Amino acid sequence: MNILQTILILAAAFLAVFGEAAFSLPRQLFGAQVDLLPALMIYAALNTNVVTVSLLAALGGLWFDALSANPLGVSILPLFAVGFPICLRRDLILRELPFAQVVLGAAASAAVPALCILLLLSGGQQPLLGWGSLWQWLVMIAGGAAATPVIYALFDWCQHALGYQPQTENSFRPDREIRRGRKLN
Amino acid sequence: MFKHKQYLALGAVTLVTVLLLSLPSRAVSHLKLGIGGLFLPFFGAVNSVRQLPVRAADMILPRGELLQEIETFQRENQRLEIQQSQAAATARENDQFRALVGWQQQQPWKLKLASVVLRDPANWWRTVQIDLGNRDGVTTNMPVLTSDGLVGRVSSVGYTRSQVVLIEDPSCRVSARVVNPAHDLGVISPGGPMENSLVDLAYLSGNANLKPGQEVVTSGEGGIFPAGIPVGQIVDSRQAEFGLYTEARVKLSADLGALDQVWVLLNPQLN
Repeated sequence: MNILQTILILAAAFLAVFGEAAFSLPRQLFGAQVDLLPALMIYAALNTNVVTVSLLAALGGLWFDALSANPLGVSILPLFAVGFPICLRRDLILRELPFAQVVLGAAASAAVPALCILLLLSGGQQPLLGWGSLWQWLVMIAGGAAATPVIYALFDWCQHALGYQPQTENSFRPDREIRRGRKLN
Repeated sequence: MFKHKQYLALGAVTLVTVLLLSLPSRAVSHLKLGIGGLFLPFFGAVNSVRQLPVRAADMILPRGELLQEIETFQRENQRLEIQQSQAAATARENDQFRALVGWQQQQPWKLKLASVVLRDPANWWRTVQIDLGNRDGVTTNMPVLTSDGLVGRVSSVGYTRSQVVLIEDPSCRVSARVVNPAHDLGVISPGGPMENSLVDLAYLSGNANLKPGQEVVTSGEGGIFPAGIPVGQIVDSRQAEFGLYTEARVKLSADLGALDQVWVLLNPQLN
């Protein structure tokens, strides 16, 4: 399932970036576009290995920057900076709990755009910022928090449908069978 | 704490980022358009999805209403044809006068219709992608407009699509003029991330006499936009920098939030 899972995560990232660029319903409703890459990164960091996390950061960041006016590569490091430490310390996280997924999704959705803006400003760029950016940030956090459990459920379903299931142990053992009735010689 | 594999991943990602960020801007532009080309097969699907509600609405519209609309459009078309012939006569007369005085003759605008296929996924930029590119004769810095007014300029061009930076974006500055007796000049700059369809007109003279509703058009200065393209209308004004200059808020004529089709001006004749 590992390679298939990596391919599925990268395909989801590709579609997520395209969806963000093609459909602007959240922008029309709430004034900001929700970014799904941080939520995907949380799933990848908690359930796959560091190679998948690196690939998702590199390719997801590249795809995002290619469709945006960002300098190419500026979204890679923020995504990786969120995914890498979580991947290292995931044994300490109760990742199956929806509450933990929501909190991690919100934190990642807050950190990624903030780090991106920080990189842009330190690179001499002038992004469109103002008091309204705080509202946009909150929308992105809420969107990412809501999307993380959904992504979890979706990938769990995919894994269940496409991956090998562990063989269930049968409680019946022939050597422990109790034979009833009197043995006739 | 770190295993060997994790060191490698960290190093590889950092190296890729540093390499990409240090590439020359021309190479970055080509690379961006190349990577963006991966999304090309999906453009058609998006257009189909967007057309679905329109088609559904067309199907349930009564035939009588459609015929009435056609009749209205035919009348409108006849009226516009008469106006166009009048305008052509005026243009010929204008050309004759220009020839007499020795001024440079004005060429008619050559416009090409483009569909907006994608919007910038980042909330801190205002750009869109259109389905015209090199093969259609589009080059960088060509003005982009709708029938209502100015939209922006072409910022980068690929073979089949281009990126347009909207006038709400910080990297698109437009020299504009207020249509009033003083012809006050200023520079259009972005309003704010949440202020849809509102931009600032900055660096107007300190004693500019502005009134709400006054038209703002491009001034023709700056070397990119020809003069006279409608930008918007003055909403209000205030003194800035202790009265050194005046700033005004301008409501844009073009609805940048609902752009479906735009015109690219292929032969911008500058003053």
